[in-house]
Amino acid sequence: MRTLRNYVKSLFLWELFMGLRVTGRYLFARKVTLMYPEEKTPQSPRFRGLHALRRYPNGEERCIACKLCEAVCPALAITIESEPRADGTRRTTRYDIDLFKCIFCGFCEESCPVDSIVETRIYEYHYENRGEQIIHKEQLLANGDRYEAQLAADRAQEARYR
Amino acid sequence: MSAKPEIHDDQVTVEIDGVAYRARKGEMIIRVADAAGVVIPRFCYHPKLPVAANCRMCLVEVERAPKPLPACATPVTDGMKVFTRSPRAIAAQKAVMEFLLINHPLDCPICDQGGECELQDLSLGFGSSVSRFAEKKRVVADHDLGPLIATDMTRCIHCTRCIRFLEVIAGQKELGGIGRGEHMRIDTYVERAIGSEMSGNVIDVCPVGALTSKPFRFTARAWELREYAAVAPHDSMGSHIALHTRGGRVMRVVPREEESINEVWISDRDRYSYQGLYAADRLTAPMVRRGDRLEPVEWDVALEAVADGLRRAVTEGGPDAIGVLVSPTATLEELYLLNRLVRGLGSSNIDHRLRQTDFRNQEQAPAFPSLGLPIEALERVDAALLVGSNVRHEQPIAAHRLRKAALAGAKVLFVNPLDFEFHFPVAERIVADPAGMVRAVAGIAKALGAGGAGDTPAARDFLKEIRPAPAERAIAQALREGERASVLLGALAAAHPDYSLLRALAMRIAAAAGATFGELPEAANSAGAWIAGAVPHRDAGAVPVLPAGRDARAMIESPPQALVLFNVEPEFDCHDAAAARRAAHASAFTVVMGSYGSEAAREYADVLLPVAAFAETSGTFVNAEGRWQGFRGAATPPGEARPGWKVLRVLGNLLGLPGFDYADSAQVCDELRAKAGGLTAEWRGEPGDIDIVESARVTGLFRIGEAPIYRTDPLVRRASALQKTELARDAVCRIAPKEAARLGLADAARVEVMQGEAHAVLPLVVDERVPEGCAWIPAATPGSAALGPSIGPVSLRVAP
Repeated sequence: MRTLRNYVKSLFLWELFMGLRVTGRYLFARKVTLMYPEEKTPQSPRFRGLHALRRYPNGEERCIACKLCEAVCPALAITIESEPRADGTRRTTRYDIDLFKCIFCGFCEESCPVDSIVETRIYEYHYENRGEQIIHKEQLLANGDRYEAQLAADRAQEARYR
Repeated sequence: MSAKPEIHDDQVTVEIDGVAYRARKGEMIIRVADAAGVVIPRFCYHPKLPVAANCRMCLVEVERAPKPLPACATPVTDGMKVFTRSPRAIAAQKAVMEFLLINHPLDCPICDQGGECELQDLSLGFGSSVSRFAEKKRVVADHDLGPLIATDMTRCIHCTRCIRFLEVIAGQKELGGIGRGEHMRIDTYVERAIGSEMSGNVIDVCPVGALTSKPFRFTARAWELREYAAVAPHDSMGSHIALHTRGGRVMRVVPREEESINEVWISDRDRYSYQGLYAADRLTAPMVRRGDRLEPVEWDVALEAVADGLRRAVTEGGPDAIGVLVSPTATLEELYLLNRLVRGLGSSNIDHRLRQTDFRNQEQAPAFPSLGLPIEALERVDAALLVGSNVRHEQPIAAHRLRKAALAGAKVLFVNPLDFEFHFPVAERIVADPAGMVRAVAGIAKALGAGGAGDTPAARDFLKEIRPAPAERAIAQALREGERASVLLGALAAAHPDYSLLRALAMRIAAAAGATFGELPEAANSAGAWIAGAVPHRDAGAVPVLPAGRDARAMIESPPQALVLFNVEPEFDCHDAAAARRAAHASAFTVVMGSYGSEAAREYADVLLPVAAFAETSGTFVNAEGRWQGFRGAATPPGEARPGWKVLRVLGNLLGLPGFDYADSAQVCDELRAKAGGLTAEWRGEPGDIDIVESARVTGLFRIGEAPIYRTDPLVRRASALQKTELARDAVCRIAPKEAARLGLADAARVEVMQGEAHAVLPLVVDERVPEGCAWIPAATPGSAALGPSIGPVSLRVAP
């Protein structure tokens, strides 16, 4: 009996038509494919992309070199060196993130007591030489300056959940 | 509590959290709990400081007590029932914590104490996550406590540990509590830096981040640091320290507890000298002189050059043509290998006693200089006579022990060439010029009826004329009465022109008064240098060598053709700065093995070999008790610098000497231990024979000077924070008011100091502490680097 049913199914290409039914359904369904890079997916304000160091509105860097991000980083991607600045405040002299090591978990942002280290919505970047994946304090601060409007808006939106 | 302790009359039984413990009657609850491992939170209580009971954090419930009682100030009684975790106790502790946190700033992220803070730790257990305090927190102005201690007084919780430390341990009441209640603040009475040589310990006792280390400020976090056990590299106490490193770099030094040596304290010198490791003039590559210039070369080239130079000197001038001056802060392994190297080349010219000038009776000297009693026992003496010792600056830990003894009623007596300030009561002091010191010590000996056989006629005549003065009789009396008395010689005695005489007389005093005799060896490994054979008359293991080689003074006065300086800066480390520097220039082949390439070294060195400094090499120090203490390398040496024992090992191989195939420093140490393991500090023969009194020959003004506390060795001389302190001021010339008037210098601001050809211009200070006939000019300072013997004749005139 079973042999007979299999024979009939294969004779009338039953499996093929079953497969084509899925194809047919998607042929008429709404398209979700994006034409990247012309089109992009919408992002959550919690998106965790490229890192940035933020500043206060008066231009002072937020980072106080408490090194909590360095301590919490599970991938050991962050390296910080610090010393007293000329005005006696605690500041970093070096703030490096190795983006090859980074797993974009967002713990650094979570641990920061002054909202200094943040992850932006940026996920498109590349390096041309080895070594460039380690980004330094100046680059991080520049990122912060460039995306501050978006960062501030995202953080304001998220404030009530934190 | 497996074995039942014996029951004494003064013992009581207390029950803490339902478990019964035996305790001494009158002991505080917190001590009993600590011994039993029951945790009671506390801030102001410190086992080494008197009880203040002002933080109230240790409140515990005691049965039948109407209110919770502070565990640190409540003595135990028989049958007492203590509850440390009862709801009432916890409620009291939480209430105290809430009050403490009212005014404590929430700045843990920028606080250096963050991660190792007692308040942070306890607030996790006893603090509330929400503050009910909505008002403004108080802010306290900071005061500058000098270059070593950073303050953030807003964080202070008024435990008064720092006040009690400075008053009770450091003996300098420099901090106090001003105001009451919320207005209370810890402050200096007058705006000034803390001047104690032990001041850094307030950082350790401070439970919060109010007092932190200034050189360490903001550079690392407690959790990033790796801890390595080490032994302090300066004084001969061998204090236990811990090096905290980060990325192969020493970030700070903290004490390790060692009850028999340093308890829980260390001196500022041991705490902050690590900064010298990162001085600008650290040597990072071997250098060889080619023509007029020193050129960086590879190690093999440099070592080949050293081997060639030494070989050439031996072929041209015989084995006597080489000489080695080695710092007594070098490790036992380095000293032993240097000794083997020199003896292997047939010479005996090796010495570490750079500041010593009198080498008579060195044959009778013990295998190594020793304190004569355990460091711990210093605090239990009834009488102690210190000859030529500024013990407070030479050996701060020994001074701390003596202070404890003095406060307990012991008579501490001094014979010194300057009236030093001490932080304990001094029962009797004799301040005299070097010749006067000899007379005073002879007077004490005579007052004790101490005679000696075998004195030379000159010495007998000298002793015959001595009439003990009242002060000398008083000292003799105190020593005789003291049940546990001790006679100690300090660094100023070791540098004295009549050291052998002072030592022989001091030993007679000790013998006659039933006291122990000892010395305060100058540096971390002075004792080790003797054991390792870094003396011209003895090989490793104190085996006598005949004929003896040339001692440090002889090598400086007539420099050998090839001179090796191991971690020595002749212009600072030697008795006669000018002559030592001249010797380094005069010797045809000068090898500088050391961690630093100073301007001066670059002038006289023919080869510079970068050697790993303290903390970068493994090794062993032998302290004043004769205790061997090993340590491992903790930090990475900069550039091409290599541990000294490795450099010497390769050099030994290059010179074709047998038995230089060590795999690690422990092997070197083991080899030496096999030779010197059982050595004791017994005298070898009668030291009593005394000779002519050299210091009495000086007519006119006598220069006296010690190496100041922060100038004693190359490492500490480069510790930038220490060099900014009051104690590290550059040399000035101090003379007594009468002497100033006699020399017509009463109004002079600057004087020209002349010692033979050597001369320098120094500021003049008229100081009553200086005995007449003397000029106090410190050695080892930039101002005095051009001068001659640190204890010797000098003349002064108004600077033009």
